[in-house]
Amino acid sequence: MISVYARRRCVDATSKILMGVATLVGVFFLFWILWTTLRFGLAGMHWDLFIKDTPPPGTDAFGLRNAFVGSLLLLAVSLLIGVPVGLMGGTWLAEYGFRSRTANAVRFINDIMLSAPSIEIGLFVYAIMVAPMGHFSALSGSVALAILMIPIIVRTTDEMLSLVGSDMREAAIALGAPTWVVITKVTWKAARAGILTGILIGLARITGETAPLLFTVLNNQFFSGNLFRAMANIPVVIFQFALSPYTNWQQMAWAAAFITIVFVLALSLIARWFLGKVQVPK
Amino acid sequence: MSSSDVALSKTQPLSEEPKAAGRSWHLSADFLFHKAAVFAAFLVAGALFATVIAIAWDSRTSIHAFGIWGFLKSSDWNPVTQTFGAFPFIISTLISSAIAMVLGVPVSFGVAVFIAEIAPAWIKKPVATAIELLAAIPSIVYGLWGLVVFAPVFAKIEPWINDHLGAIPGIGLLFQGPPMGIGMLTAGIVLAIMILPYISSIMRDVFLIVPSSLRESAYAMGSTTWEVAWNIILPYTRSAVVGGIFLGLGRALGETMAVTFVIGNSNVLSASLLMPGATIPSVLANEFTEATTQLYISSLIYLGLILIAVTLTVRFFAVLLIRRLGRKEGAAA
Repeated sequence: MISVYARRRCVDATSKILMGVATLVGVFFLFWILWTTLRFGLAGMHWDLFIKDTPPPGTDAFGLRNAFVGSLLLLAVSLLIGVPVGLMGGTWLAEYGFRSRTANAVRFINDIMLSAPSIEIGLFVYAIMVAPMGHFSALSGSVALAILMIPIIVRTTDEMLSLVGSDMREAAIALGAPTWVVITKVTWKAARAGILTGILIGLARITGETAPLLFTVLNNQFFSGNLFRAMANIPVVIFQFALSPYTNWQQMAWAAAFITIVFVLALSLIARWFLGKVQVPK
Repeated sequence: MSSSDVALSKTQPLSEEPKAAGRSWHLSADFLFHKAAVFAAFLVAGALFATVIAIAWDSRTSIHAFGIWGFLKSSDWNPVTQTFGAFPFIISTLISSAIAMVLGVPVSFGVAVFIAEIAPAWIKKPVATAIELLAAIPSIVYGLWGLVVFAPVFAKIEPWINDHLGAIPGIGLLFQGPPMGIGMLTAGIVLAIMILPYISSIMRDVFLIVPSSLRESAYAMGSTTWEVAWNIILPYTRSAVVGGIFLGLGRALGETMAVTFVIGNSNVLSASLLMPGATIPSVLANEFTEATTQLYISSLIYLGLILIAVTLTVRFFAVLLIRRLGRKEGAAA
């Protein structure tokens, strides 16, 4: 009897220690990666990064202005495409589809799209936009990023709108408001913190995405604001500069990675904070 | 109703007209809003099918040239002679993901149980946030870190792996090779870190919805924490846990940038895990912009089609299994 008890205690203690170690390993890697990015990133920081364009190979100049502008432009256009589609898709699920068979099928497909490898989306947009147009373009990159972002927005919008109580909707309907006014002025407003969280999470997800951009926007050594041509952008610049033999290019890749990671982590933390605000009133 | 409306419009002064106009404007706005929502939902659902169809269509040149079995079985990938075969890339993709699952799943389970059952309340939230932030780090940063920081450190451990694991008869062949720091094993380890937050957060979410009556009755019977986790919580959440593992597998199979940085990019298949390889996503990322001929591009897209066929199946079962446990309200994945 004693030995069985001792063995059970022993297994329990060992498993608890192993699980603690597993968690420590996860946290350790997070801090290792963050520390590395901070160290190399700060070493590569330079004012020229923000005011000059990417230098040609072989020079020791710094500059990422065209890539920063390109990335911001890409993100802005993806938001312009992704937010309306995602918001309306989620609204349809929560306000028109409810628990119908069609709505559940759409939710199922959306969940599958949620975990789509980004490279597949890149190939898809290459097939439907880049190949027919005959050249790489910033617009196609934005479309690819928007496709990656939409499932996240759809899902959070659907869930957050479903949390809004039916009493508010019924009160608005009783006052004679048409459905679209009920949705835009009552339920969207009630769920706005949650919907915004979804948009922020989506934005955080697409900010560092590189793989789809390789097939759609590619890169441009020069400053360009033309959405229908290849455009410089941070992720592809990191990819190309990190694998280059030039020290200054590698340093710039780290600096760009550092800025990207700060931006993404800030977005994620703000999103979590918003989500906390949502769940308090319920 | 309509006849009285007509009567009213005759008797009422003109100033009442805008109200009626406003109403009809609302009706058409309502109609348009509804149609816009339907259209958006249709776009969301259609994107999945459009992806498969568009990629299959673009790989037609290669499908015609090499067939299906011929492409899958051939390990000849030579842009100069324009012969292409997918075999080494398929195997490397499967092996690197398998390493990631072997290393990542037990650790994810440990993290999930730690956060859900063991950790004291004050440490729960910061640890959960830290693990979830791992998912927020862009994959290119994982790649950069893996190549510049992790690979040199790992290269120092590799001689040890060579001497000890490499000496085991049978599987020793897997662990013999030069200590370069990059290769299949490195890619598998980096992938394991990347899928950790996805698997563990799903596991933790489903562990928390196990009815407390179940959990408490087990504790009341004198079960230890491990016994509750292994014999009560895990069986109750089995389908969703397997679904979460599948979701992680889908991520690992399709991961591009991190793998491209650390796998070494060799198109030749090697028996050792310490040797370089190339997965389907990594060869796509490396060669796509250099592909010049129609057949070359089409063959690369054909590789993408194979990847889609695999990950789509994995993701389908992942979502199916997670949903079986019942949709938890308000839980964002």
